[in-house]
Amino acid sequence: MTQVPSIAEEKPTTSLSSPKTATLRIARFNPEKDSERKFMEFNIPYQRWTTVLEAILEVKKHFDHSVAVRYSCRQATCGSCGMIINGKPRLACFTKISELESDVVTVEPMNNFPIIRDLAVRFERLFESHHKIKPYLINDDSEISSNEKEFLQTPEEVEQYIQFSNCIKCGLCNSACPTMATDSSFVGPQALAQAYRYVADSRDKGKDSRLKIIDESHGIWRCHFAGSCSQVCPKGVDPAMGIQFLRGYLLGFRS
Amino acid sequence: MKPQDENKEGIGGMINPRRYGIERVAYLLMRLSGLGLLAYFIGHIYETSSILKGQVGWNEFLDLTQTNEGHALLAIVIAMCVFHTVNGIRVMLGHGGVGVGKPSRPDYPYDPASQNMKHKIGIYSAIVLAAIAMMYGLAVMYGE
Ligand code: SF4
Ligand code: FES
Repeated sequence: MTQVPSIAEEKPTTSLSSPKTATLRIARFNPEKDSERKFMEFNIPYQRWTTVLEAILEVKKHFDHSVAVRYSCRQATCGSCGMIINGKPRLACFTKISELESDVVTVEPMNNFPIIRDLAVRFERLFESHHKIKPYLINDDSEISSNEKEFLQTPEEVEQYIQFSNCIKCGLCNSACPTMATDSSFVGPQALAQAYRYVADSRDKGKDSRLKIIDESHGIWRCHFAGSCSQVCPKGVDPAMGIQFLRGYLLGFRS
Repeated sequence: MKPQDENKEGIGGMINPRRYGIERVAYLLMRLSGLGLLAYFIGHIYETSSILKGQVGWNEFLDLTQTNEGHALLAIVIAMCVFHTVNGIRVMLGHGGVGVGKPSRPDYPYDPASQNMKHKIGIYSAIVLAAIAMMYGLAVMYGE
């Protein structure tokens, strides 16, 4: 049984001067035309630092520009390039081919997200769930009407939520979640972690209304603490931790 | 939308224990043992209802549990019961936010605090205790 390898595991043995070649297998599927997913294979030279996204862009540039892939920042910030790489959800721009320990790299669209085409998936449901948990500070005492210009927080108060505010909405956690695999109405680890992010913020007063939103049949109770969301998160958000803390409020373990 | 377009992993993906570490093995065993215990509970009610057929009917039914197959079945029930209880306590504590780590500024390479050694030890303990209880049960059943 192997644990998900650390994101940073490079192969220092990969030579700097003579590039190796990897076989990149790209899943092709257009729901409007195709009846099943097919794989196209390309041989791509790579260096120690070549990312999977760079390899896909190489294919688009030199072999087949019709490959559909979503990306933007190329630095694990925008959350656009999530996909299944060699069986696990990862960011293509944050995954070096050398760390995969295989010269065959298979890329597929993220699971549990409807496919637009090839590697690009629909994010509507993720954004709907995110929006549903009220991802903003709820506080009647606005900064403008208050005597103080800012809501002051101690470093300890910031520590309570700062980790959860790292979320880039990439959806990798929802793709790895075993509940999402069968229940597309489940609110999902991404939105639940964000509910905790605001509940844990000392400036926020919306705890009760958020707990009410997630306390429903497709809400927090569908989480069984499998923890796969936390294992694949590329930003260290640890949604499983936030979800259990949230449930702690509902079960009376926390106040 | 066709199921294929939905791209959900389905039950096969939900129960696949080969990714994401021992936690997903525990997740699968918890589900299987829960369903197994439910099936045993229903069978047990049926079994005890045979007392309505009088002493002969009751003894006949009890004899079924004295076979090798009956012993194997009961040994599996013991294992399921112990695993489900011990892992259930671990999961319940986790659900209350106990032992899942403390929020902090995440540092690269972002090892998740909730997937910590305490929970892994809890899972391995549940598996080992289930195996010991199963062997003890077999020893008792075979009169060792
Ligand atoms: S919690 Fe992590 S994996 Fe999930 S959407 Fe946010 S950054 Fe991505
Ligand atoms: S391209 Fe922005 S996260 Fe990968």
